[in-house]
Amino acid sequence: MNYLPLTFLAPLLGFVILAFARGRISENLAAIIGVGSVGISALTSLCAGWQFLHALPEGGSTVITLWQWMSVGNFQPNFALHLDALSLTMLGVITGVGFFIHLFASWYMRGDPGFARFFSYMNLFVASMLFLVLGDNLLFLYFGWEGVGLASYLLIGFWYQDPANGAAARKAFVITRVGDTFMAIGLFILYREFGTLNIQELAVLAPAAWPVVNGVGTGLATATALLLLGGAVGKSAQLPLQTWLPDAMAGPTPVSALIHAATMVTAGVYLIARTHAIFELSPFALQCVGTIGAVTLLMAGFIALMQTDIKKILAYSTMSQIGYMFLAEGVGAYAPAVFHLMTHAFFKALLFLSSGSVILAMHHEQDIFKMGNLRKHIPFVYWCMLIGTLALCAFPLTSGFFSKDEILHEAYLSGHHSLWLAGLFGAFLTGIYSFRLIFIVFFGPERWRATSAHHGHADAAHHGLGPKDDPHGAKTLDHHIPLAVLLVMALVGGFIHLPLESVFPAAEHGAEHGPAWIAYLPIPVSFAGMFSSWFLFLKRPDIPAALANGGFSSYIGRFWKSAFGFDWLYDRLFVKPFVWAAEVNRNDFIDWLIGLIPLSLRGANSLVAATQTGNLRWYAFAAGAGACALIAAVALH
Amino acid sequence: MSPSILVWLLVIPFVGGFASWQSERYSRFIPRWIALFTQLTVLGMSLWLWFAGDFTLAAPASTPSFALEYKAEWIPSFGISFHLGLDGLSMLLIVLTNLLGVMAIGCSWKEIDRYVGFFHLNLLWNLAGVVGVFLALDLFLFFFFWEMMLVPMYFLIALWGHNIPGGKGRIYAATKFFIFTQFSGLIMLLSILALVFFHHQSAGAWSFGYADLMATARSLPPETAWWLMLGFFLAFAVKMPLVPFHTWLPDAHGQAPTAGSVDLAGILLKTAAYGMLRFALPFFPEAMQGIAPIAMGLAALSVVYAAVVAFSQTDVKRLIAYSSISHMGFVVLGIFAGTEQALQGVVVQMIAHGLSAAALFILCGEIYERLHTRDLRQMGGLWARFPYLPPIMLFFSAASLGLPGLGNFVGEFLILLGSFTVAPLFTIICASGLILAAVYSLILVQKAFHGAPRDDGHKGHYDDLTRRELSMMALLMVLLLGLGLYPQPVLDASAAAMNTVEHIYNQPHAAAALGEAIP
Repeated sequence: MNYLPLTFLAPLLGFVILAFARGRISENLAAIIGVGSVGISALTSLCAGWQFLHALPEGGSTVITLWQWMSVGNFQPNFALHLDALSLTMLGVITGVGFFIHLFASWYMRGDPGFARFFSYMNLFVASMLFLVLGDNLLFLYFGWEGVGLASYLLIGFWYQDPANGAAARKAFVITRVGDTFMAIGLFILYREFGTLNIQELAVLAPAAWPVVNGVGTGLATATALLLLGGAVGKSAQLPLQTWLPDAMAGPTPVSALIHAATMVTAGVYLIARTHAIFELSPFALQCVGTIGAVTLLMAGFIALMQTDIKKILAYSTMSQIGYMFLAEGVGAYAPAVFHLMTHAFFKALLFLSSGSVILAMHHEQDIFKMGNLRKHIPFVYWCMLIGTLALCAFPLTSGFFSKDEILHEAYLSGHHSLWLAGLFGAFLTGIYSFRLIFIVFFGPERWRATSAHHGHADAAHHGLGPKDDPHGAKTLDHHIPLAVLLVMALVGGFIHLPLESVFPAAEHGAEHGPAWIAYLPIPVSFAGMFSSWFLFLKRPDIPAALANGGFSSYIGRFWKSAFGFDWLYDRLFVKPFVWAAEVNRNDFIDWLIGLIPLSLRGANSLVAATQTGNLRWYAFAAGAGACALIAAVALH
Repeated sequence: MSPSILVWLLVIPFVGGFASWQSERYSRFIPRWIALFTQLTVLGMSLWLWFAGDFTLAAPASTPSFALEYKAEWIPSFGISFHLGLDGLSMLLIVLTNLLGVMAIGCSWKEIDRYVGFFHLNLLWNLAGVVGVFLALDLFLFFFFWEMMLVPMYFLIALWGHNIPGGKGRIYAATKFFIFTQFSGLIMLLSILALVFFHHQSAGAWSFGYADLMATARSLPPETAWWLMLGFFLAFAVKMPLVPFHTWLPDAHGQAPTAGSVDLAGILLKTAAYGMLRFALPFFPEAMQGIAPIAMGLAALSVVYAAVVAFSQTDVKRLIAYSSISHMGFVVLGIFAGTEQALQGVVVQMIAHGLSAAALFILCGEIYERLHTRDLRQMGGLWARFPYLPPIMLFFSAASLGLPGLGNFVGEFLILLGSFTVAPLFTIICASGLILAAVYSLILVQKAFHGAPRDDGHKGHYDDLTRRELSMMALLMVLLLGLGLYPQPVLDASAAAMNTVEHIYNQPHAAAALGEAIP
């Protein structure tokens, strides 16, 4: 297994080469380096996985220590890699899906002046993400955690000429940093209590020190778990730190596919799964995880219903699907959560890449109401999008079906019936909003014909993908292969069996199974969602239009469309007061306060100087008055 | 190793500075080369001290011990001697000082063209004064160097500073700097003199010696010790600077030439932390314990307040100056937490901040040389105008916001980790500085580099960094990466010294008993 470091060394080297060679190498060479390095990484992961599964190491994991990061007293974190079934799954998703997204990006980014810069950031991201999932202690994990945050920042703001992109990038970084800081405080508590940040050691030490009595964990266990949860909700865009994800769509679409759908945003799910030993010690914290997941998945579903930007619909659907993963973890179903993480990576990457293809075909138009009937013009992309959407809706036998069904079933069996109901209703919503996208973009009238003259001349030249009134593009293999592979994975990815039982405890619902129809209920529910979608957006589009004009329903609609007003609220609660305080105090009022000292000295000086009148009678009076005062003071004492 | 090398560390820059000044009459280039050569020599010597010296210590003692000491009589009738001592902490800071000294000379190469020789005289004497502060083991000598680094700095700001529009001018800034530090130095002098008198009372002889005064200080009644500690604490708090004593720093940075800023942020601020670790804390461990809640409160205030003020600054240098104040708040937190991790974190943080702040100031100078403005409102879109400068600035901004893998992260994380065990509340407040650091660092990047290029009549690219500037930046980047990924050489060098400080601080009673044993 000694070649495991190659998985991140290759992208790291790619990053360094591309960062230093900026502007001096050709696009093809940059693509070879940028995509090739992730390819090497993927091959290495494949070898590592094969070797791991054929000779399962003792205890289900191997540790490779690279070097000791630092040693201060008893604080001795290592740079050490921990490979078990969980990190192997993540490794596969990151390098496998990552490779195909890189390949697609080499098509998507063609002709962009920052081509090499783009791949340098992407490679940096892959390396950091691998640190995150391979780290054997929480400090190393934090290293990768912050690294992916930086890469995400750089890639969201990749098109820096538009200040709005920079603002979106900063928003993403700062909001996730809020979560990261909670997480860091959680690490401080863990270190104070146990003297180590090694995850495996903590998994042994923590249960001994923090017993769960009568279903109630100790205060410290709850505090620590909630602080770690703070980090997880920040990274995974869950309530209440979810507002950055839709803005993050400002980045190029392959970035959205890789970072903001398949890998980085699921880091929170990974963190909770990785530190499940600590979460298990606080039933309250676990309940919070499940509730946050349930509320987020419903909220994001409602918001997605009202969005018009194709990428934002997918962003909210990502948020919603990660909500399912949180829900699963909240009920102790870690393996289904990670399973859904993987299948979600397949179909959501497929959806994002297809949407990227749609966006380029439409000359950088992202409004779905300016598209229509595209299945006739880009049939391959249509099929990709359709399969991805079916998997997203958990259509039977697609990959999403197996994972989402398992989550809902586990939620029911573990007795969390309200969470189960929320998940079920979420499945209905998923059916509506995801097929709304399909029906509006790929069916119905060709709305883009009317508007293409308007933006055609501005953007067609930018990408040169065929005539401006025709949404066909010059598509090559680096466009088709990634889509085809992900399409297959989205279809059959549910048959992959992950040996996760060696990592997670078995679910605690014994032999009780509940009625058999519970397991099949999600199927009709999501069919109902799809049917409603067909009815509302294809058969009777006048109904949503009427609703949008109605009084109360239009109010609700606007509320959903504005993402439940969180941006508005946070802007008033945090951003505005902070900026106001900073602007008011730009000149630093303490400086002004200290300026009072020389001012008062000068004042005293002129006061005393005023007594120097040269008038003899005044002096005599002052001397006499002074003498009188002295005598009085002595006499009265 | 002969202890006289410590004397050479001081003499060489003095002589080199003098020679540089005198050579001015022949050419404008000779002074620069003399200064560079001098500084490289002392840098080489200090690096040699690191590699050849043994800074390990058998067991933490209740008095600091030194790897190398030099002592000569100076004014025997007052017990004043020329006493220098080197341990791991002072060695690291001397290496940092001399390294940044080289950088300061390098970044002035083009910027300074008036009185080049006299400029380098001031620069080198200032650096020598700082090295003296890090070496002095006689409090008279310490005070002498403390003042000596001040005067050249005054001239650096007053003679070669900028008069930026809207500012109050370089003379104002220089005078403000001088008055603040002079006044606080005076309070420290009173404390030193009081200590000397108490020593004379108990021992019957005059002495300014480190060990003598430490023994006296520890045997003082708590109330007296508290007042004398306050004198030291205030002097160092102003120099650090802690909010609310900080207002001289942004003005000084705003008007100082680049080399002056590198010097101020990278080196001068560190003398305050060093003074606390070397003098205030070992002299008055109990009184320092007593004031710890207040000091940590001020540290937390500094971290948050300076970060908020930094956000709204429009002058890049003032923004970075406020960020320095915020970062030094972490240092104070770590010192007063006094655990092993926190103290070692303080050392790493001082070095990392020295490197990153110096780099940021050098980059500001380079931007100013090309754009002739430091006003963020007049920048924007610079990413397209320079191939290398923006990513390098981004690198150091990332360091400053505490990105793992770079030195600042190791320092801040160790400080917070170590402080959390003793002062969770203040640690949590300081941890919020991590968020605020991201806010002000990224707004800097956004305002300077993002957006569409401004239509300022300057088409195309600006001249990018020259080879001299690039190699300076590359060196600083490599050092920060090294410090972030493998800080062990630094931690090992300072371990013994910091263990001793921790030992003294956390067992003040044992230390006090020692004070009584040695009258």
